[in-house]
Amino acid sequence: MFKEVSDMSDNKSTENKSTVVKDNEEKRVGVFVCECGVNIGGVVNTRAVADYIGTLQGVKVTSVNKFTCSDSGQADIQAKIKEHNLNRVVVAACSPKTHEPTFRACIEEMGLNQYFLEFVNIRDHCSWIHMWEKEKATEKAKDLIRMGVERSKLLEPLQASEVPVIDKALVIGAGVAGMQSALDLADMGFQVYLVEKEPSIGGRMARFDKVFPTNDCSICILGPKMVEVARNKNIKIMSYSEVKAVEGYVGNFNVKVEHKPRYLDVVKCTGCAKCSEVCPVEVPYDFNEGLGTRKAIYVPFPQAVPLRAVLDKDNCINCKACAKACASGAINYDMQTSYTDLNVGVIIGAVGFKTYDPEPRHDFGYGLYDNIITAMEFERLLNAAGPTGGHVVRPSDCKEPIRVGFVNCVGSRDKNTNIYCSGVCCMVTIKNAQLLKEKRPETDQTIMYIDIRTPFRGYEESYNRSRNIGVKFLRGRPVEVKEDPVTKNIKVRVEDTLAGEIRNLEFDLLVLATGIVPNEGISQIQQLLKLSKAADGLLMEAHPKLKPVDTTIDGVFLAGCASGPKDIPYAVSQGSACAGRATILLKNKKAITEGITAVVEPDVCVGCQVCIPMCPFQAIKFDEKVNKANVVKALCKGCGTCVAACPTGALEQSHFKNNQLLAQIKNVFRFEEVAA
Amino acid sequence: MSTETAAIKPEQAGNGWEPNILAFCCNWCSYAGADLAGVSRFQYPPSVKILRVMCSSRVEPAFILKALREGADGVLIAGCHIGDCHYIDGNKNAEVRINNTKKALVKLGLDKRLRLEWISASEGLRFSEVIKDFTEEIKKLGQNPVNEKIKPQINADERRFNASANSLANKSAANVQGSE
Repeated sequence: MFKEVSDMSDNKSTENKSTVVKDNEEKRVGVFVCECGVNIGGVVNTRAVADYIGTLQGVKVTSVNKFTCSDSGQADIQAKIKEHNLNRVVVAACSPKTHEPTFRACIEEMGLNQYFLEFVNIRDHCSWIHMWEKEKATEKAKDLIRMGVERSKLLEPLQASEVPVIDKALVIGAGVAGMQSALDLADMGFQVYLVEKEPSIGGRMARFDKVFPTNDCSICILGPKMVEVARNKNIKIMSYSEVKAVEGYVGNFNVKVEHKPRYLDVVKCTGCAKCSEVCPVEVPYDFNEGLGTRKAIYVPFPQAVPLRAVLDKDNCINCKACAKACASGAINYDMQTSYTDLNVGVIIGAVGFKTYDPEPRHDFGYGLYDNIITAMEFERLLNAAGPTGGHVVRPSDCKEPIRVGFVNCVGSRDKNTNIYCSGVCCMVTIKNAQLLKEKRPETDQTIMYIDIRTPFRGYEESYNRSRNIGVKFLRGRPVEVKEDPVTKNIKVRVEDTLAGEIRNLEFDLLVLATGIVPNEGISQIQQLLKLSKAADGLLMEAHPKLKPVDTTIDGVFLAGCASGPKDIPYAVSQGSACAGRATILLKNKKAITEGITAVVEPDVCVGCQVCIPMCPFQAIKFDEKVNKANVVKALCKGCGTCVAACPTGALEQSHFKNNQLLAQIKNVFRFEEVAA
Repeated sequence: MSTETAAIKPEQAGNGWEPNILAFCCNWCSYAGADLAGVSRFQYPPSVKILRVMCSSRVEPAFILKALREGADGVLIAGCHIGDCHYIDGNKNAEVRINNTKKALVKLGLDKRLRLEWISASEGLRFSEVIKDFTEEIKKLGQNPVNEKIKPQINADERRFNASANSLANKSAANVQGSE
């Protein structure tokens, strides 16, 4: 077991010699039990645990600290390492997922290899979940720590490895968050590829009419930013494109981007829209939320970047009128899907959101009655470039509505749809009511809400302004929505929970404030980037508080609504935050990766090659000359799949070696015997 | 959450036999799911001890057998959902391995003591429910028969084996050092 690993693997033989020497050293273990205030100490009898652990073979010292992660706690570890000449440290505290790096650095400062730390979780996996069973929790903590102590004695030194980082970035999604990331990175001098699946960048914000709380025109503030992105020499926009494959790891991702055919030459096209004028096909205009129509060949919207037409081949009838109308001869009906391979060091996912679709469930009668629309549709009706040129009319008869009802929390805060609060809909409704009031003061608006949530700067003021100009607020959720078959008015039965009475209201138009839900394709991005998805379908960050834009995958960051509902300032901040986090890697030009990999023991390997197809990363190569498997360390991610498959035990996973795991397994159960 | 924390009432706790379950949790999903269960204070029985591995595919059938031989009343292997594996498809390998191990355990009558579950990093509640459910199932099965019947014999054998292995290891270690 202690034989040197031959030159076949990337392992330096010197490292292994030191392993041999260290392994024969007497194991001097220090165990540090954290009380975490009362989080652990309130349930687990830490003193009793420490006393018991102190009786185990090899444990030279135990210590109980109120907060082991604090300065004084860490100083205690360092002092005890010196005093007792410890060569293994066991910390029994919270989760290694948050605190392992802290203690690794702590022992490394004292000259110990950082992998000589064993972390035992007695908080998340013990005290917090056995709050009413203090004695059993204490016994369990003893078992868990004993497992850790026995494993720690078998730990071997490892070196974290450095990988070079290509100083280029990929940003997926060119909404306001993605654009901010791209601009910040580009301004810092890095090459950025900005991939957007739509024909134009801009994202959802480009569709809003005005944005709360200041009610500035959305495209007026977004447009210049879009132009800035297009002008920036360091940003390569890949619009109407999608990421199809991602391989590699931090510092060196290989990305395949698919460019959907626009059926026209983007260099020749001037965006004059002459082609649209002659096109005879009309289809619902998705940019206007399906209200109004566009042509089969069209410029996405007037401020589109790039300002180029796109031919929707699914709806094209092949009349070739556009080709005749195009003065620059840009149309090319034979255009094929093309691909670009990118090589980048970091990836920022800003894949955005879509609004909840009330159609399938017919929430509040949506889809059954004409005069019920969503807030996004209302937004487009308000917009001067929208289907009605900014006139708010109701769908059934195109008359201007007088009595307008707004329903909040549609697809949010509802166990039948999404339990989370989308955060922005209250303000969207308040803003929409204000805008309608400004356009036509004679209208009468009623907002039906569960709670009004206005937490950020200027939001509460905007809410107050709405009340002052006469918008009515009714606390209650409609229980019945019906259509008057003659007038097509909407009759709503709602409990006013503040007054404690049922109200029967009639509206000319009902607007549903639909919540934020994961975008289409989020699963695809999740699987391509190997991210975790939460129960609500949104992507998970590495830590909800302390690493809000990082992910568990090194070199991959998340901005905007992909990781939860956000308003515009929050999404922009996250865009910048991602750029900042990514710059650490891009500027240093290197990343530190875990030293955990598979290692072949060539003397034991019989060359059966069972391991080779097991590896998901093709990291195991077969050396035919010597008939042995060989792990390419740079490719190995250290999952251990091959190790478990190896029939002879020639493969080992460093830091999770068979003997280390078996020591833990063995010590799960032998409470009495070990104590004796 | 309050209903969850109240799921095990103090007076219920501490009564009766508590099984010993070993749970292998993958670092990326299930271990994080167990962390989330902790942070959310989703109470579950203290029957389970979690062992962290990088991927569920690291769990060898030998580990499961070892745990059962050592007296584990149940062994749980928890990994990422299919498609979510941090290592592309490690969990698919785990699925094959665990299912094969389960088949082998049928003959020993221990197959019900092995369970494979997919628990994501966001499924703290599910983690606690899986543990509760598995604990209940194991309680119905009763103690691992190994504990009473076979283990005393194994222990005696092992002590003898260890004694000879130790003397061997000491010799080989001396050889390695001598060769330097």
